[in-house]
Amino acid sequence: MSEIALPKIDSSILNRKSEIVKKLSKLTNIENVLSEADELRPYETDALSVYTQTPLAVVLPENTEEVSEILKYCHSENIKVVPRGAGTGLSGGALPLQDAILLGLGKFNKILEIDYENKCVVTQPGVTNLGITHAVQHKGFYYAPDPSSQLACSIGGNVAENSGGVHSLKYGTTTNNILGVQMVMMDGTICRFGGKSFDQEGYDLMGLICGSEGLLGVVTEVTVKILKTPEVVRAALIGFPSIKEGGDAASEIISSGIVPAGMEIMDKALIEATDNFSKAGYPRDAELLLIVELDGTESEVNELIKKVEVICKKNNCSSLKLSNSEKERLSFWAGRKAAFPACGAMAPDYYCMDGSIPRGKLAEALLEIKKLSEKYELPVANCFHAGDGNLHPLIMFDGNDKEQLRKTEEFGSEILKTCVRLGGVITGEHGVGIEKRELMCEMFNDNDIQQQLSIKKSLDEKNLLNPGKVYPILRKCAEEGRVHVHKNKDKFPDLPRF
Amino acid sequence: MSTKIKINSQIFQDSNNIYYPKDESEVSDLIRELYKQDSPTEIIGNNSKSFIGNKTQSANTTSLSKISGIIDYRPEELYIKVKACTPINEIEQVLSENNQELAFEPIDFGYIKEGKSNKGTIAGYLSCNYAGSRRFKVGSVRDHVLGFKGVNGKGDIIKSGGTVVKNVTGYDLSKLIAGSFGTLVVLTEITLKVLPKKDSSKTVIIYPSNFEQIYDFFNKLSSSSSEISGAVFVPEQSKDKDFVTKKNSVFKFNDLKSNISFIAFRVEGDKISIEEKINNLKKELKLSNSDISTLDVYQSEPFWKKVNNLEVFEKTEHNLIRMVIPPANGSKLCKHLENNHNYFVDWCGSLFWIEVNSKKEEKIKDLKKMAKDFGGYLTVIKTSSEYDYGEAIFTVDKVRLMISEKVKQSFDPKRILNPGKMYRGV
Repeated sequence: MSEIALPKIDSSILNRKSEIVKKLSKLTNIENVLSEADELRPYETDALSVYTQTPLAVVLPENTEEVSEILKYCHSENIKVVPRGAGTGLSGGALPLQDAILLGLGKFNKILEIDYENKCVVTQPGVTNLGITHAVQHKGFYYAPDPSSQLACSIGGNVAENSGGVHSLKYGTTTNNILGVQMVMMDGTICRFGGKSFDQEGYDLMGLICGSEGLLGVVTEVTVKILKTPEVVRAALIGFPSIKEGGDAASEIISSGIVPAGMEIMDKALIEATDNFSKAGYPRDAELLLIVELDGTESEVNELIKKVEVICKKNNCSSLKLSNSEKERLSFWAGRKAAFPACGAMAPDYYCMDGSIPRGKLAEALLEIKKLSEKYELPVANCFHAGDGNLHPLIMFDGNDKEQLRKTEEFGSEILKTCVRLGGVITGEHGVGIEKRELMCEMFNDNDIQQQLSIKKSLDEKNLLNPGKVYPILRKCAEEGRVHVHKNKDKFPDLPRF
Repeated sequence: MSTKIKINSQIFQDSNNIYYPKDESEVSDLIRELYKQDSPTEIIGNNSKSFIGNKTQSANTTSLSKISGIIDYRPEELYIKVKACTPINEIEQVLSENNQELAFEPIDFGYIKEGKSNKGTIAGYLSCNYAGSRRFKVGSVRDHVLGFKGVNGKGDIIKSGGTVVKNVTGYDLSKLIAGSFGTLVVLTEITLKVLPKKDSSKTVIIYPSNFEQIYDFFNKLSSSSSEISGAVFVPEQSKDKDFVTKKNSVFKFNDLKSNISFIAFRVEGDKISIEEKINNLKKELKLSNSDISTLDVYQSEPFWKKVNNLEVFEKTEHNLIRMVIPPANGSKLCKHLENNHNYFVDWCGSLFWIEVNSKKEEKIKDLKKMAKDFGGYLTVIKTSSEYDYGEAIFTVDKVRLMISEKVKQSFDPKRILNPGKMYRGV
């Protein structure tokens, strides 16, 4: 499983290591270039830690001009480059290559400007997602996308992955919340797309870069939109006696015209696992648990929460609690946010899948996953961002048992294929990276992939920037597509994963 | 010539030599043939917005008007999948039956073109990416496209995206297609995110006394937790009497004072929360009841239609500019425009619609410089009959042009699709 096809290693580059390191040391401060084995070790993997590779060298430039000079040099010498933000990505997008420079943006860690009048923040890409909110919350503003790793993930990485979060139905993902980027192309050209104004004219190059997983350029500055914090936020915690009734209620909430700030679903296995783990006080007799969060002005939220209550009762909910304080609201979320570690406590290993499906297909998807669970004799727990259709099944297994491991891989792959069959996609928010590369052909035909590759070629003709990621190199639909966590040793154990 | 006949025998062509492919495979056959012949084509829908952009130099014209109709509408999934040339009116009608809408509030360019409604088709909308008054709250057209299918400049049928809002599978080509003026892909199918209609709306009118005050209000409005979904400033012009007359007749409402500059902001939601938000905003903006007037829903709805139809510039024979800048520079721009141009401001201070007299075309150059200095851009949406294209219609810098050329090359290497519509060489 830790074997994965990567681009052919260029041995001439490996042979020139000392010369390359020497040159890089001239393009930035000498202490920003790491080349000794023990210095490289922390960079061997990202949060998809099952795959490791030692990079040729790590370079940590300090400004855009240095990035440009480094890329220009690598371009002229045909040296591959893998960009890296905080390394919290779950799909291996920042996995190093042995014959490539790992370009870390960790030193780009300053907020450059807070502009309340234009409702935006200009920041370097290494600043964390939550760091932006922290910088503006004293004035009642925040940055909307909230991936579960927001404490550690960088905004540059968010741009690369088009990160979402639990609030994306109402507030969108990264692409809907940024106004501009500065980027360096592989040949060293510095470019700027967008700025502080809405909707750049001409081709939406910012939209193209967002979610391109570091294949088209290295982002060195981001301008994000900030929003005013809602006056009131309340949540409802609702238990249902069956998957169907809970799924129907979630669909009905949406079709009734309510746009919840967040809407989460957990199945019975996960209710039990999280309640054991975090003592969240969830209704353990329920087959399905729904958390609905609403925000707005006081009367708006109260009105909406009443409507949610009516819909849930109509769909035979077995329990219903409304939050009456901020403390209570956070307690509703406590179990949900502990979903991943709770699974980790139940089995030696778990795989986290990430697919999107149409909301209305939830019951069908869960039943299918249940059948697969029986077929492969592996337990699975499911959480679902019901607002935006993003499904995260967590398959529990023992990685020391090779047969279980093989079955888990097959199981995971079948889940993602089910997502596609139900009208969804193979990744909702974790990205393709190396993890789901070979599953791209489940969604796209040759023409689709060729078009994407020809964009890549037009902007990085020599295919030097993050090669081997996103697009299939095996040309077959292999059994890939999951996050592997062994003995609950997530590379970032402190990050909530939801 | 023989190939032309070959295409002709396959795909209906009318007496004006316009091709009318009926479906995606016919579009593919046609473009593949034109690709072989190195023969570019203009792509049109129902011609409602074809006046925007440069004139294309094409031997052929391809009309997508036969590729129309709703493919799949799932109100509970908040999406609608349509064929590319489905009229906006038809989409809005079917959404409205389910109390949903296109939240980006399509602008009706028919009024400036010919003085009557012609919203055109969804492909045209997506190709221009011009959202209406709600933009600063809900995003632009590009933020509401979930996926598309179409034919690239080689005749290959390609797709991107899907029907779900959370999707990071491959490059997000939907964004790239939005605002590309048909220069990358001939669209055949579009999937849009739809949203519930708000129960009701009210519009509050303020009569500010100077430009600083206008932008102070705009800033407070966009900084409030009591969200607004539209905010315009309509100035009273003293020099151009015709415009004043037009303005006063377009914005003639019982509860709106005439012959005076005004800011109008819209609050949407259920009735109770509308009142709550308006009360909050009155406090935050320090407004007393005597300072304002309020348009109820029966006046509020037509008011915003008139704004989005650009009715004050109905059938304009001058140049009409669309300028977008960061709002913090808005009051400076207002001061510059005062008494020089007819204009109004939308998007809570970011979007300027400016009329430049046909005899003062050189002013466009000054405005473009200003737009760039302010960190924005401008587009000449409608040109006067005397426009000599001395000043480019779009704003682009050298690096972005270079990248645009590369992107164009990757979709349409022989420049078959709408060549030159945006920039020379693209």
